[in-house]
Amino acid sequence: MREIEYRDALNEAFDEELARDENVVLMGEEVAQYNGAYKVTRGLWDKWGDKRVVDTPISEAGFIGMGIGASMLGIRPVMELMFWSFHSVAFDQLVNNAACCRYMSGGLINVPIVMRGPANGGTNVGATHSHTPEGLFAAFPGLKVCSPATPADAKGMMKTAIRDNDPVYVMENTTLYGNMGEVPDPADGDFLIPLGKADIKREGSDISLIAHGASVLRCLEAADILANEHNIDAEVVDLRSIRPLDQDAIIESVKKTNRAVLVDESKPFCGVSAQITTLIQEYAFDYLDAPVKRVCTIDAPAIYSPHVEQDQLPNAKRIVAQVLTIA
Amino acid sequence: MSALEKSFAMETANSPNHSPLNFAGSPINKTLSAEEKLETFRQMVRIRRFEQAALKNYQKDGTMGGFLHLYIGQESVAVGAASLMGDHDHMITAYRCHAHALAVGMNMNECMAELYGKATGCSKGKGGSMHFFAPDKNFWGGHGIVAGQTPLGLGLGYGLKYKGLEGCALCFLGDGAINQGAFHESLNIAALFGIPVVYIIENNGYSMGTSQKRSSAYKDCLAQRSEAYDMDWDVVNGEDFYEVRAKTHIAMERARKEHKPTILEIMTYRYYGHSVADANHKKYRSPEEIADYKKNHDPINLWRAKLLEEGVLTEESAKTIDTEAKQEATASTQFAEESPAPTIEDITNDVYWETDNNTEASQIGRHFFND
Repeated sequence: MREIEYRDALNEAFDEELARDENVVLMGEEVAQYNGAYKVTRGLWDKWGDKRVVDTPISEAGFIGMGIGASMLGIRPVMELMFWSFHSVAFDQLVNNAACCRYMSGGLINVPIVMRGPANGGTNVGATHSHTPEGLFAAFPGLKVCSPATPADAKGMMKTAIRDNDPVYVMENTTLYGNMGEVPDPADGDFLIPLGKADIKREGSDISLIAHGASVLRCLEAADILANEHNIDAEVVDLRSIRPLDQDAIIESVKKTNRAVLVDESKPFCGVSAQITTLIQEYAFDYLDAPVKRVCTIDAPAIYSPHVEQDQLPNAKRIVAQVLTIA
Repeated sequence: MSALEKSFAMETANSPNHSPLNFAGSPINKTLSAEEKLETFRQMVRIRRFEQAALKNYQKDGTMGGFLHLYIGQESVAVGAASLMGDHDHMITAYRCHAHALAVGMNMNECMAELYGKATGCSKGKGGSMHFFAPDKNFWGGHGIVAGQTPLGLGLGYGLKYKGLEGCALCFLGDGAINQGAFHESLNIAALFGIPVVYIIENNGYSMGTSQKRSSAYKDCLAQRSEAYDMDWDVVNGEDFYEVRAKTHIAMERARKEHKPTILEIMTYRYYGHSVADANHKKYRSPEEIADYKKNHDPINLWRAKLLEEGVLTEESAKTIDTEAKQEATASTQFAEESPAPTIEDITNDVYWETDNNTEASQIGRHFFND
C-alpha cells in the first residue's frame, strides 16, 4: 500500500469532502493563502478558491461562532485552531453554542461543525501552546472528540467527522504531521473510520497499554523494549476516539491481559486516563491482577526547557518503568 | 447626517409630501395595510399579556424555576423588526427572548409550557426562559450568555450569503453586550467579509444594574462604535413604531442587496428589573423615571393612539384585542400546568443526533457515561 504523510492524509480528506459536499467549508487563520501554518491545507485554496477555503482574522470567538451559526443553516464548516491551545479565547462558543444548542432547542437545531488542529506538547513552545484538552472537551455531552495517531486514522476519522451531524473536535499533533504511514488509495473507494471504534495496534497477552494520539506511538516503542528486554508481551490499544469511547475494546483487552497501564498526554487530574481507570475498575475489577497504573504528562504546566520537556511527557522510558512496577 | 439617514432621505426624496422625519410616510410603512397594522398592535398586546401572566405564574407557587427576564416596555422593537421579515430573513437574540419568539409566530402554549419546564414546551423543557427556539420560523434563540449570540448571528448571515439567498440575519443584543469581545470580533468580520447581518442593540439604559454611563467609555452613542469597523449605523427611537420599521427596513435592505452590515441602536426601556430576581431595580433608577416611561413613552399606548388617530383601530376593537390576548395567556397557563413534565429518560435525548436517530453509528462506542 502507498505511504503518505499524516498532514497529507488530512489534506486528502478535506479535498475529498470538499468535492463530495458543496456545503463543506474550510476556515481558520492562515488556512488559505498561506497554505496552513503546518501546511495541512496546502494547495486547497488554489484548487477550491475563496468560497470554500477561507482565511479568517485572528478572532477565534468570532469565526468559530460564525461557523456554528452557519452550520445551523446547513453549512459544514471545518475550522482550524492553529493550536488547540487557543481554544480558551473561544470557550463560550465551543462549550455553550456548539455543545448545547441542540439540547436547549429540544433537538430542533443541529451543529455539524468540525473543530480541528494540533493539541500536543513536546515542541518547546511553553505552557500556553502545549495544552491537550481532549479530556476537557470530552467532558461536555454534545461534543465528540477524537485523536488519531496514524495517517490512515487521521484521514478516515476526519472524513467521518465532517459527515457527522454533531460537533466533532479532532485533536491532531504537530509532531505527527510529518509521519509516514499506509493509507488506502482513493481509487480503491471511500475510506472512512467510524468514531467510537478503538484499534488494537499491537496484540499482546501480558499487559494492556491503553492510549490515544502520539502516546500510542510511545506505547509501541515501549512494547518493543518490554518484549526484547523483559520478555513482556504488551498489547497496545489505540482508543482513537475519546467520545464516543470504545469501552468494549478496553474491557476486553484488560480481561485478556489482567493488567493495564494507561498512557495519556493530558494531565492526570480528571484526564482521559482517569475516566478509563474508573471504567476498568467498574467493569473488569475481578479480572485485575494488579492496580491500574498511569503514565501522564507530569502534573505541572508544560515546561519550555528542551532539556527536560520530553521527560515531562509520556515516553517509552517512563512507560516501561511503570509497567515493571506491576508486571 | 449618518449614512442611514442619508439613505432614508434618498428613499423618501420621491415622496414630496413627507419629510425624512415623517416615518409613517416611508415606503415600507406606506404600504402597510390596516389589517397588518392591527396585527402588529395585536402582537405587542399579546406579548405584554403573555409576560404579565408569566410573571404572575412565576410568583404564584414557585413551580416555575430559574430566571425570568421580562421585555415589558420594549415590545415595539421585536414586533417592528419581525414584521419586516421575509422567507430568507432570520432572527436571533439574547436571553430576553419571549417577545421575539411570539413576534415570529410561536404560540403562547409552547412558550408558557417551556417556562414551566414541561415536555410540551418549545424546547421540551430543556431550554427554559432564556432558550426559546423555532428554526421553522427562522428563529434561532434565545441565548443565555451576554453577546455569545453575536457570532452566531454573523454565521446566519454567512450561511445566507454562502447559499446565494437574498436575506439577512437580525441579531439582537442588549446595551450590556456591546462591551464583550465576541461582539467586536463579529463586527470586524461582518464588515470585512460583507455579511448580511443587522445588529440591533436594544438599549434600555441598564446592563443589569449598571447604567450606560457607568459601563461605556464613549457615553453618547453605542452604535457609533461601528465606525471603527467601517460599518453603517443609526439610532432609532424605539417608542415610534413607524421609525423602528423604517430604519430597520433600510438596514435590512442594505444587508440583503449590498451584503453590508449595520448597527442599529434602538432606544427603549424595560419596566421591570433585569430579571424578576432583580430586587434593586428601583434603586439604580428612580421610581419617577420608571413612572415617566410608563406614562409618556409606552410603545403600546403610543401605537394604540396612532392607530386610533388613523381610524385603523377603535376603542372597542382595542379592547377586544386586549381581552383576547388575556384569554390566550390564561389558556396557555392552563395548558402549561396540565402538560406532562419531561421524564428522567428524556434527560439524555437531544444530546447527539446519532443517538436520537438510533443510527448504526450510534451503536459504535459509548456516548454517555452514567451510572
